[in-house]
Amino acid sequence: MAEIVLDKVSKRYPDGALAVSEVSIDIADGEFIILVGPSGCGKSTTLNMVAGLEDISSGELRIDGERVNEKAPKDRDIAMVFQSYALYPHMSVRENMAFPLRLAKVDDATVNRKVNEAAEILDLTAHLDRKPANLSGGQRQRVAMGRAIVRNPKAFLMDEPLSNLDAKLRVQMRTSVSKLQKQLGTTTLYVTHDQTEAMTLGDRVVVLRGGHVQQIGSPQHLYDNPANLFVAGFIGSPSMNFFPGQIAEGSVRSPLGTVPLPDRLKDAVQAGSGQRDVIVGIRPEHFEDASLMDDASRERGGLVTVKVDVLESMGSDAYAHFTVEQSEAIESAELAELAADSGRTDTGSDTGFTARLSAATTARAGEPIELWFDTDKLQLFDPSSGKNLVSVE
Amino acid sequence: MTTQGPNPAETAAGSTAVAEPAEDAKRGNGKKNGKSALSEGKRAERRLAWLLCAPAVIVMVAVTAWPIIYSLWLSLQRYDLRFPDDTEFVGLDNYVAVLSSGYWWTAFGVTLAITVVSVAIELVLGMVLALVMHRALVGRGLVRTVSLIPYGIVTVVAAFSWYFAWDQVYGYFTGPDDAPLTQTIPSLLIIVLAEVWKTTPFMALLLMAGLALVPDDLLKAAAMDGANAWQRFTKVMLPVMKPAILVALLFRTLDAFRIFDNIFVLTKGQNDTSSVSMITYNNLIKGLNLGIGATMSVLIFISVAIIAFVFIKLFGTAAPGSDTEGRR
Amino acid sequence: MAILQSPAGKKTAWTLVDIFVIVYALFPVLWILSLSLKSSETLADKSFFPTDISFEHYETIFSADVSLFIRPLINSIGISVIATLIAVVFGTMAAYAIARLDFPGKRALVGVSLLIAMFPQISLISPLFEMERALGLFDTWPGLILPFVTFALPLAIYTLSAFFREIPWELEKAAKMDGATPGQAFRKVIAPLAAPGVFTTAILVFIFCWNDFLFAISLTSTENARTVPAALAFFTGASQFETPTGSLSAAAVIITIPIIVFVLFFQRRIVAGLTSGAVKG
Repeated sequence: MAEIVLDKVSKRYPDGALAVSEVSIDIADGEFIILVGPSGCGKSTTLNMVAGLEDISSGELRIDGERVNEKAPKDRDIAMVFQSYALYPHMSVRENMAFPLRLAKVDDATVNRKVNEAAEILDLTAHLDRKPANLSGGQRQRVAMGRAIVRNPKAFLMDEPLSNLDAKLRVQMRTSVSKLQKQLGTTTLYVTHDQTEAMTLGDRVVVLRGGHVQQIGSPQHLYDNPANLFVAGFIGSPSMNFFPGQIAEGSVRSPLGTVPLPDRLKDAVQAGSGQRDVIVGIRPEHFEDASLMDDASRERGGLVTVKVDVLESMGSDAYAHFTVEQSEAIESAELAELAADSGRTDTGSDTGFTARLSAATTARAGEPIELWFDTDKLQLFDPSSGKNLVSVE
Repeated sequence: MTTQGPNPAETAAGSTAVAEPAEDAKRGNGKKNGKSALSEGKRAERRLAWLLCAPAVIVMVAVTAWPIIYSLWLSLQRYDLRFPDDTEFVGLDNYVAVLSSGYWWTAFGVTLAITVVSVAIELVLGMVLALVMHRALVGRGLVRTVSLIPYGIVTVVAAFSWYFAWDQVYGYFTGPDDAPLTQTIPSLLIIVLAEVWKTTPFMALLLMAGLALVPDDLLKAAAMDGANAWQRFTKVMLPVMKPAILVALLFRTLDAFRIFDNIFVLTKGQNDTSSVSMITYNNLIKGLNLGIGATMSVLIFISVAIIAFVFIKLFGTAAPGSDTEGRR
Repeated sequence: MAILQSPAGKKTAWTLVDIFVIVYALFPVLWILSLSLKSSETLADKSFFPTDISFEHYETIFSADVSLFIRPLINSIGISVIATLIAVVFGTMAAYAIARLDFPGKRALVGVSLLIAMFPQISLISPLFEMERALGLFDTWPGLILPFVTFALPLAIYTLSAFFREIPWELEKAAKMDGATPGQAFRKVIAPLAAPGVFTTAILVFIFCWNDFLFAISLTSTENARTVPAALAFFTGASQFETPTGSLSAAAVIITIPIIVFVLFFQRRIVAGLTSGAVKG
């Protein structure tokens, strides 16, 4: 168990590329921290620096208050689970799990006891004498976890440990990883590009982009109060919708119509009086089919009529994909990167928006529908800096 | 946050997983080519690499590069070990002597004929054998094991076996009056047989590696598109296997052009069955005429270079080593 | 290859194909074995199978003068083993560099070894003959080991670098995280994984050296370094006048034994080695 502190840690490659820039994270003892971001954001590099597999160019890494920058991985007493699991193919499951203990010269009785305990926890007892090649993906993943937990390290590092599993198994393993971490109470640093994993697993989430920390906070905090356009678009699924807009005289004008600013936003944007351009963000789940709302509720929000292009019924609810007329497209580096990362530029639907409606909706593809949206949940961003106009840290 | 629906981040997982190695390369000890000054680590990596390669390079260069140059020099000399005092620089006289000699051109023709005929037969038989090894329902392992025997066996041993099989006295194939190994055409056919027997399995193995590159789905798709077995073979398999076929052909052609062991044992080159390697050997080791021998060596080297060049020019860049940076 | 459509018919067809391949591959081997087992009297009976089994030719070659067979056999074993060891050690080092490290000259090295693999060996005979006589290497073990290593190296480098590319190097990182020193990571994780590739390469290189004939007859003149394939060409039998067919066959069978053993036990590895090295380049 340990507390891990990254103090302005940077990684600069010999060719001059800056992969990680002054990342500072205080990880409390027993905390489950997620590093999330698109590929190339520096999350794996950060993890490797904590592991000791890569040198730290500048800054300091402290484990339990002690500087460990110069220590070899084996002297840091942390375990790692790799994306490919990195199981030793020539060793049985038992030997794989015992390997760290053997290297630490633990006596045979203890090795056996610990391996058996770990196998028990991970439900691997029946497979201890098999070779990794004869295991299913899920089993291999559990062996990799087992190898990490046998020696009660100070911390776990996990590098996309679930990304090689199929979707169903991934959901299942997500739950067990979470349970295991709670059970063991070991400080964990978990890297993923999957925002669902980030939301469901972590005590806190660190969003990285281009080697810079965008925001650190609990999943709910990130969801409710994204610090900038990038975090807003990255966290939440389906992604937040963004519209160009202007605010003036206490109301906001956008392709969704002109609606009065809720009190929460009014105070925050009052400072810059007069008219200003903004980007308006609203999550799909904050839309609803207006015809399903009672009048009182309708009062609290705005109404807009849109044409539904595609309606996807999920059973529990329905996703309506729609377009609106808009005079200008939003230009933002952050949004472009987000779009590129999720491959949306390829589909050509970058002007499309999504609303999540009740399953009872009467919406039909190709027909117009009146949508209600919760003005209280609107997010406003500065178009040039991308920053949330209401910063709640 | 209940997201049971399609999750863009999750669907993006595939593409991200592919993109990740790029990041990996950047991470991996600064593997990326830097235009700026080399870092200490990078220099150390190069030093280590050169150090590791040095022994192999030194041996290969010492035993090939210098002798090639020396060979060129020798070929310009009159140099006969029986008359060492008569050694002198004669320019291209040796080349004139060799190239105007009927022996050389007979041997050259014989070598070419053996090469073309045996490689052609090997390609067909090798393809059949490759298909058998790849697809056999029964005894696949057995077939693979057994076909490795011709590859592994000492050529001279196999040659003696063929020699005795066609021998007048001991031969299983011959009556008391037949002596096929004393006649030119039968001798050449037996030489081709010995060559084909020995090297077809190697050809088949190379082709089998190519077959393994043909995805099963592709053949299924072709079947769905209405291609029959022959069309699937010619229109799908062969084109996909083309690189493997060319590599196998190139290797085998150059190898067949050097034919020596089989001829040495089967006919000793009598009755106009000498290959170019055979007459070179005779001039060098038996005749001790180093000048003429070296000249023939150089001519063989040039022929091989031309063959390799023609292959690479004719068939594009599918030559082995053209993507040595590794596909993975 | 749709020969017959019913499963049983297919099985029969494949069995026939198998039998054909087996007969094809084994014919010369069985024939020379048969000759070696025929007694001197029945040697010329032209029957494919020996009518009576006799080991007299084996006795002959082992009881005759050592220069006939025993000495060449020792030469063959010694020279092939030493050449294999050197080629595999040098090849492993170079292949590791090619597969794992980034350095200028990598392509050149790969190109040169490819060139050598295709090089007409006869072209080297005259200069090597001259040079070895000048250096005193002619008709010695090193005199043969040197060209063997040279021509085995491309094979070794190709095969090994193909194997090394397959090793998941992330395991090295994993071992470090599990508390291994770099030395331990290599010994306990990488070496066991590389061993099969190195072993396979050793078999292929050994077969290559064992097989050589041209260098062996050109660069040797006495039993000092003459290997079995070369010795076979100068075989004379127990006396000058007796035909050597029987003893020659016996000697041929003996030097075929290691090949058969390799093939039987390591078929899978040899196939993997040959195909990966040759095609993936």
